[in-house]
Amino acid sequence: MAEQNAEQNPQQGTTETGERRPTVIADDLHIVYRVNGAKTGKGSATAALSRILKRGEERGVRKVHAVRGVSFVSYRGEAIGLIGSNGSGKSTLLRAIAGLLPAEKGRVYTDGQPSLLGVNAALMNDLTGERNVILGGLAMGMSREQIKERYQGIVDFSGINEKGDFITLPMRTYSSGMAARLRFSIAAAKDHDVLMIDEALATGDRKFQKRSEERIRELRKEAGTVFLVSHNNKSIRDTCNRVLWLERGELRMDGPTEEVLKEYEKFTGK
Amino acid sequence: MSHTTHDAGVAVGAIPAPDEGLTPAELAARYGLAVSGARPSLVEYVRQLWSRRHFILAFSQAKLTAQYSQAKLGQLWQVATPLLNAAVYYFIFGVILHASRGLSPDVYIPFLVTGVFVFTFTQSSVMSGVRAISGNLGLVRALHFPRASLPVSFSLQQLQQLLFSMIVLFIVAIGFGSYPGMSWLLIVPVLALQFLFNTGLALIVARMGAKTPDMAQLMPFVLRTWMYTSGVMFSISAMMTDRPEWAVRLLQVNPAAIYMDLMRFALIDGYGASNLPPHVWAIAVFWAVAVFAGGFVYFWKAEERYGRG
Repeated sequence: MAEQNAEQNPQQGTTETGERRPTVIADDLHIVYRVNGAKTGKGSATAALSRILKRGEERGVRKVHAVRGVSFVSYRGEAIGLIGSNGSGKSTLLRAIAGLLPAEKGRVYTDGQPSLLGVNAALMNDLTGERNVILGGLAMGMSREQIKERYQGIVDFSGINEKGDFITLPMRTYSSGMAARLRFSIAAAKDHDVLMIDEALATGDRKFQKRSEERIRELRKEAGTVFLVSHNNKSIRDTCNRVLWLERGELRMDGPTEEVLKEYEKFTGK
Repeated sequence: MSHTTHDAGVAVGAIPAPDEGLTPAELAARYGLAVSGARPSLVEYVRQLWSRRHFILAFSQAKLTAQYSQAKLGQLWQVATPLLNAAVYYFIFGVILHASRGLSPDVYIPFLVTGVFVFTFTQSSVMSGVRAISGNLGLVRALHFPRASLPVSFSLQQLQQLLFSMIVLFIVAIGFGSYPGMSWLLIVPVLALQFLFNTGLALIVARMGAKTPDMAQLMPFVLRTWMYTSGVMFSISAMMTDRPEWAVRLLQVNPAAIYMDLMRFALIDGYGASNLPPHVWAIAVFWAVAVFAGGFVYFWKAEERYGRG
């Protein structure tokens, strides 16, 4: 597959001396979630008490082994799609690459700071769209000057003001589509080294979807490596040259887009 | 959390020819890749936190604004809430109980209101601190920033809230015959020290709350016990006249009592230096610096673990 990538990206991914620069190295990565109070089906107080009284290694904690021993190396200029059924560990893997979830075992090495295209959690529904643009930008680590510079671009891209002066209204008054558009616009305003996109293309109307796909291709050009999680095989085909297929937290297949998607479609029975 | 073992036999998909045979760790070292999500050094951490100062401030202000944005009176509640609080305490202790606990009524009411506001500042900083990480897991799992930003930001929000309360406090003080003077300038250092102390405390409970979310349930009881032993509603020196001096001193060096007494000393004319323990400023500085520095290091030590579970 190395040759194939080289064919697809003759300039990208290779330095002047012809070597390919790795951007992310995952080395036997394991991620385990710990869920409090989910050990037994009983949620009653007595059940909780007996859990506490029973002395054990981890009382009342249930472990969810979300990613099991995934290893891969990604290179500059690659766009990597992550596929797999729901709950197969795709989003968890992205968060671990971004350094947001601590690894149980194994390591992730990265070139620069990978960032997740997702700013939702920093935004507040009770604040105006305007203040959310600033807050979201700051949360992503942009400076006040950068935000001021890009503010108009963000608002125009979201198309929030096409139907009146909505940007000065609290976000809770937006329709779900409008809110999703603003969130994507804020998140996509920053430049990234390694960019990870988690199902971001599923929001907004057709017109906005096309606009966001275009923006993602742009971001991919600027970023070293792009990771894309999607259940839409078409958008994976359109944007990615390599695909990782995860199933039950294990890496089932890793290779060129067409090869992996063919197997995946056979597996899902499409 | 330590990863000491490296399995050299791990299959790594597509290493190009010149790098063939390298373990992932060697490959990472060769191209200068760093471990993702590793804890930065303390100095680097402080630098990162400083570079996020605009976010910390904007986040605290946003939280403060969002608090009352659905109310009809809006931001007026910032002042109305402490004003109503003060009115309730005046009604119960001043009108119904005629309580003065060894102080003249003109001193007692501002004494009480100051105590309540100053203690509430610490109390709400701790309460929001304990949920700073566990209540914002979405944020912690989505974006990269030094996690100390959250507890610091919540403490900052409480400080801004207190500044609104101070307006009410000034009105109460003046209403009971304590007029602005030079001593009011002492409010600034007192607030600064208490803010440092609160932030340190918030950092400590934030780490504890991140590991054990049950802390949020337990904390109100701890805080209430602390409040009753801190002399919010009574003067420690007046209540403990027949007790040994060491017992009085022990109650007085309690940081909450120190900051309350200093604020009262600054604001209220009839509350003189005789009510303060010796070396009061040294103790106030000690608590602020020790708890802040200790809390910061304690929080930083678990930096890479926040967001799990």
